[in-house]
Amino acid sequence: MTGDGKDGSFEARLDELRDAAAREGKVDAPGVRAAGGPLPAAGGPLPPSSAPRATRLNGAPGYYGRPVLKPPVWTWEIPVYFFVGGLAGGCAILAWAAQVAAPEAVLVRTALWLALGGTAASAVLLILDLGRPMRFLYMLRVFKWRSPMSVGVWVLTVFGGALALALAGMELARAEIAGGLAPVLLAAGLWTAAPLGALVATYTGVLIGATAVPAWNLHRTTLPIHFGIAGLGSAAAVLELLGFPSPALGLVGLAASVGETLVGLSVEVSRHGTEDRALREGRAGILLRGAGVLAGPASLVLRLSGMEAAAAVSFLVGALVSRFGWIEAGRASARDPGAALSRYSG
Amino acid sequence: MAIGDGAASTNQRAHTHVADGVTVGFFTDPTICIGCKACEVACKEWNGVPADGVDWEASSYDHSHALGASTWRHVKFLEQEERFGAQVAGAMTGEAEAEDPFRWLFASDVCKHCESAGCLEACPTGSIVRTETGAVYVQDDICNGCGYCVVGCPFGVIDRRPQGLPGGGGAFKCTFCYDRQKSGLTPACAKACPTESIQFGPLDELRERAGRRIEHLRIQGHADVTLYDPVHTSVRGIHAFFLVPGDVTAFGLPERPEVPTIYRPRAWASAFLTAAGLMAAAVLAFASL
Repeated sequence: MTGDGKDGSFEARLDELRDAAAREGKVDAPGVRAAGGPLPAAGGPLPPSSAPRATRLNGAPGYYGRPVLKPPVWTWEIPVYFFVGGLAGGCAILAWAAQVAAPEAVLVRTALWLALGGTAASAVLLILDLGRPMRFLYMLRVFKWRSPMSVGVWVLTVFGGALALALAGMELARAEIAGGLAPVLLAAGLWTAAPLGALVATYTGVLIGATAVPAWNLHRTTLPIHFGIAGLGSAAAVLELLGFPSPALGLVGLAASVGETLVGLSVEVSRHGTEDRALREGRAGILLRGAGVLAGPASLVLRLSGMEAAAAVSFLVGALVSRFGWIEAGRASARDPGAALSRYSG
Repeated sequence: MAIGDGAASTNQRAHTHVADGVTVGFFTDPTICIGCKACEVACKEWNGVPADGVDWEASSYDHSHALGASTWRHVKFLEQEERFGAQVAGAMTGEAEAEDPFRWLFASDVCKHCESAGCLEACPTGSIVRTETGAVYVQDDICNGCGYCVVGCPFGVIDRRPQGLPGGGGAFKCTFCYDRQKSGLTPACAKACPTESIQFGPLDELRERAGRRIEHLRIQGHADVTLYDPVHTSVRGIHAFFLVPGDVTAFGLPERPEVPTIYRPRAWASAFLTAAGLMAAAVLAFASL
């Protein structure tokens, strides 16, 4: 007898059983069975099972193949933030480098505005991802050197301030106000924003590298390099697409494509078997490898063939998709008990 | 203190551990757990933890599956084709060794309250703190639900509660019944445990008790029992330790858990060097062309 018993059928059947027991001293027929209960109905089919019993009991790793770790709860906002934040950081580096080595006001100004816009967008994305967005300011209650997220939030905050300072200097100079102060503001802002921007682009690798997720922490050295190169390359690609014909941007783009090719190769070469198989299997594997080709060899070949715009687009798409790939790989890796138990074994 | 000391056991006595700053712990002993789930129920009731569904998988009586934001005690059900201590398979039918050995184990899992706690280190708001009794505690009125503790836990304990449930969006796990302890009470799970499979008390005393229990069990023929307390890893020991018969990984426990903080130095070194490299590359590109 199955069902949820809410119609009183359970109680009625139980009464029958009690009567039978009192009358005959034994009960032969089956009793009641709750829908979805673990016991098979007498004579009925066994409940559906995803694997043969022997496999369930002895073959699955860990506690019946259930995850040992919790997957990251982050949704699309975080990979998009990794991309936009890296782009903003890269723009700040390019603005500073251009100002220092080959001043070109329009390029510096555009890069700074892009960086500020990217930082503002980053803040919005990070707030949206919080479980309790109204409490976003609680991030600034404390500074914890031991928490990469705390360090990152402070770096991003000061980075935004430095960009605002640099832009204030830039715009004041254009409006020919505060003549003496403007260059000071621009220089102070740029020299602060560039190193902080470089950290905004790279710290995200520390953020996910210093976690319990096997596929992430195994690649904690590569991740900051990967994200940093992707950030600077994305900034150069966006500025190129906006029509700045600066050969320096092309050179940065070329170097970034070479860098991403090497990073992709290094991740393929330094395999850790079961422990980081999430990087090569399933959706994450497809996303990471596809993105790796787009940002690495594909953009490199396009650039060397003189198709700069196509190379820039290929790099940008690769940089964005690879961030989704890494988050997806983290999810798959945390859910993989074989990976966790092997990573944290004797 | 041994098993079955009733009112004299540390599970039932009033205490002043919070005021005295005594580090306390849980010692969970699966060899006397009967899988009644009273701990799960007591925890839910006392702490007002929302229901998170009854999910039968047709493989065992474990319907809560794992620790999580709304499951702070979780009783694991293990069926193993192994002897339970000096058990003689088939003894019940009078035909010794006529049947394959088989044992049914229950183990009440809980937050380990690590000596070096990944969630606490990861928390960017300072919401997660250590209490006077050495427990790792999430201050719900501070937590903004960033989710970083979730990937910081080497045991997959803490999680963010889905939106829509009471407290949704925040991170939750065992509080070690901090509120009860402040009033001199035993945590709800230990108080409710009918066999004292869950024992609560000062950490040092519990470690001694666990040692004696293991000795006792080995004499009784349980050659495979060990204490799960990773003191020799970066976790530096846990405040809720477990007696484990056989393979610890069968209980979903990693043999050698590490606190993710140890992965920072190399990652930060890489981040700083890369940052410098990116700046140098950009300047070189602009200076050369």
